[in-house]
Amino acid sequence: MSDLTDLYQSVILDHNKRPRNRGKPPTANRVATGDNPSCGDNCTVFLHLDAAHRIDAIGFEGSGCAISQAATSLMTTQVKGKTAAEAEALFNEFKEIVTTGNAPEEISDLAAFAGVHAFPARIKCATLGWHATLEALKQPPSA
Amino acid sequence: MSLSPNLRIDFPALDQHVGGKPLVYLDNGATTQKPRSVIDALARFYERDNSNVHRGLHALSMRATDGYEAARARASKFINAADPAEIIFTRGTTESVNLVAQSWGNAHLKPGDVILTTEMEHHSNLVPWQQLALRTGATLKYVPVTGPDAEHGLDLDALDKLLTPQVKLFAFTHLSNTLGILNDAALLCAKARAVGALTLIDAAQSIGHEPIDVQALGCDFMAFSGHKMAGPTGIGVLYGKRALLNAMPPYETGGGMVVSVTYEGATWKPSPERFEAGTPNVADAIGLHAAFDYLDALGRPAISAHDHALAMKACAALSELPGIRILGPKPGQPRGGLVSFAFAEAHAHDVVTFADQDGIALRGGHHCNQPLMRKLGLSSTTRASFYVYNTEEEIEILVKSMRRILKFFAGT
Repeated sequence: MSDLTDLYQSVILDHNKRPRNRGKPPTANRVATGDNPSCGDNCTVFLHLDAAHRIDAIGFEGSGCAISQAATSLMTTQVKGKTAAEAEALFNEFKEIVTTGNAPEEISDLAAFAGVHAFPARIKCATLGWHATLEALKQPPSA
Repeated sequence: MSLSPNLRIDFPALDQHVGGKPLVYLDNGATTQKPRSVIDALARFYERDNSNVHRGLHALSMRATDGYEAARARASKFINAADPAEIIFTRGTTESVNLVAQSWGNAHLKPGDVILTTEMEHHSNLVPWQQLALRTGATLKYVPVTGPDAEHGLDLDALDKLLTPQVKLFAFTHLSNTLGILNDAALLCAKARAVGALTLIDAAQSIGHEPIDVQALGCDFMAFSGHKMAGPTGIGVLYGKRALLNAMPPYETGGGMVVSVTYEGATWKPSPERFEAGTPNVADAIGLHAAFDYLDALGRPAISAHDHALAMKACAALSELPGIRILGPKPGQPRGGLVSFAFAEAHAHDVVTFADQDGIALRGGHHCNQPLMRKLGLSSTTRASFYVYNTEEEIEILVKSMRRILKFFAGT
């Protein structure tokens, strides 16, 4: 069985304790909520796209375990400045990391989540905020 | 009168290591482990007697039929029903509740009627009534729970106000799967009866832990599952008073439940066959029979005392931990055999993952009590639920593990 320090890396504990981009940014005009019906966790992501269709503001609310809170917090820092297609490509890389445990060198902090692959029940915790973000990107902007 | 610690050897699944540590199984509210006698009864049926029931004239079919009907009679005796025909085998508590909602509910409810339940119900004793209200135009009302941690249980003054002649059914849990509160079922049934309402008791959490006598409780229906009382999964019981059942239309139709079929129509057998269309779950009913025998050999008053004592001890020990919030009865107050709690510093999912590394099986989440959790301002709790084989030493292991978790998260 994998050691818990592999799962709860310091990057994850840091983002759990001090989440980045918590709350709704004032300019946000797209929103989506992800639910994890098996545990009751939820995550709402708010974002705004600039004229070049890049995310220039993003924030989140909701409650969840350390893995889901940290993954969502880290995700918000990683997708800022990206287009919807770039965010989705990054999510696919992240999914690869959390399901296989293999992380490419250049992918930085997201590699902290490689330990999740040894805990299959927790993969959905790590991807909750990502799903909400991709859903928010598909929403039409509100007035 | 107390349980022997030697009974652990009756449960093969307990004899294993998880993460290098001896298994401490504290997820009995979800499902209990099975004694060897239940496992053997299942194997013996498939090895010797496997056959279809009720219609066969050969030796195996007669043995299977005898075994299946003996299980019904045993279930009737276990809850002191007046007659085995009051025992309908279902897949479990959920199907039992749905059977009443679909069959009795569709036939009897109309706009203006009230279905009463409580704020502490499992989704399985809540959603079927919501759907029934939508179908029939009846209104669903809830008896509130009181106290910041729901420690005062059901609000009986509110219940008295809610119990009007419009109430046709009062459905409530005997033992809350999240709060550990054991409701006074006899009192609740008496109050409902006084206004002419029928009663349904969800006994999923109590059936394997408490002495239960449906005639003394005075309920009209009772629902429970086999797998939460040392029996197999996939088998449960709906108890209903015979006159009520025989006035109810079928739930599912097909073979085995008809008297006569023509191309134009069909007529129904009385209960229990009326509600058991198709080939029943013969093997698991026979396994359940062995579970009834096992629990009665231990003695249900002894089981109840054992489980309550462990839960109270766990509640008291856990209450010493920093930042803990325990739901339901406070330390020192009586509680049923489970305790659920939340930490300010650590989420239930993280707690359960940590505990698993210490070989401890816990439950983390909303426990199918989403509206109650929302009312209490929680998204999830961690639950430890106890059974006949759990020990005081396992509570010490649990508390030690919880301290380690808190240290880990507080130190970050």
